Amino acid sequence: MIALVEVTTTWYLVLGAMLFSLGGTGLLIRRNPLVMFMCVELMLNAVNLTFVAFGRQLGDLGGQVSVFFVLVVAAAEVVVGLALIVAVLRRHPGATADDVSVLKG
Amino acid sequence: MSMETVVFIISAAIVLTGAVGVIAFRNPVHNALSLVGTLFGVAVLFVAMEAHLLAAVQVIVYAGAIVILFLFVIMLLGVDKADSLREDPLPGQRPLAILAGLAFLGLLLVALLVSTDDPVSGGQALVAGVGDRANVEALARVLFSQYVFAFEITALLLTIAVVGAVVLAKRPPAGSPLAAEDEAARSAGES
Repeated sequence: MIALVEVTTTWYLVLGAMLFSLGGTGLLIRRNPLVMFMCVELMLNAVNLTFVAFGRQLGDLGGQVSVFFVLVVAAAEVVVGLALIVAVLRRHPGATADDVSVLKG
Repeated sequence: MSMETVVFIISAAIVLTGAVGVIAFRNPVHNALSLVGTLFGVAVLFVAMEAHLLAAVQVIVYAGAIVILFLFVIMLLGVDKADSLREDPLPGQRPLAILAGLAFLGLLLVALLVSTDDPVSGGQALVAGVGDRANVEALARVLFSQYVFAFEITALLLTIAVVGAVVLAKRPPAGSPLAAEDEAARSAGES
């Protein structure tokens, strides 16, 4: 009975999968570019959770190092992405993801 | 029921509630605050998995810096008005998106739960190999020896990101054709 309620790696992986799916669904549903960015953050966090869970399972610190680099790339991505959003919204206040479709080739 | 189970269930509930809040709330400020909840839940899970440094970095960098940056942009642009979730610009896109999300979740769960020949997902108890030494020291040893080149590259990446952000956020100088175009677009939007 005790073994049944022991937290295993699979629990963390399932939680990561649910978080990733929620983030992906939100990315498809929402139109506000800021909220879409937040959903990308959700997906990145799901991947981080998976990295740490696998790293712990395998006794390897590489998982945590990967999360470290994901954090750095996420920070850079947010900085550039928010600057782009500011640049677009300054010209077209209240623009959504549909309004920038003129950027396609 | 062990302590870790209790911690896992509570923080998983926080994480999923926050994630649903990010998607479902109509006000961007509420979305950002829900995101803080999710990030804190993930930080607690990091502590439960003995990744202490990452938990601290998660709170400082994500909840501290990135969400504040989001809130800052929301306030700066004044997009605090509610997003209209009712009108659907692409007919049928929203149900399809939910369906795609559910299908993807099902795919992942099947891959995780059904495959039993994989030793990793077999559901055996966790090995505590990482927490033997102090987490920060062990992580620093790996980061500054094996991964030092990638670490240096991240410094370059951050520099480029900062320069890019400054260039993108700068207003075009007055009198340039871009500024005139900007002005025309804004007055066209207001009329």
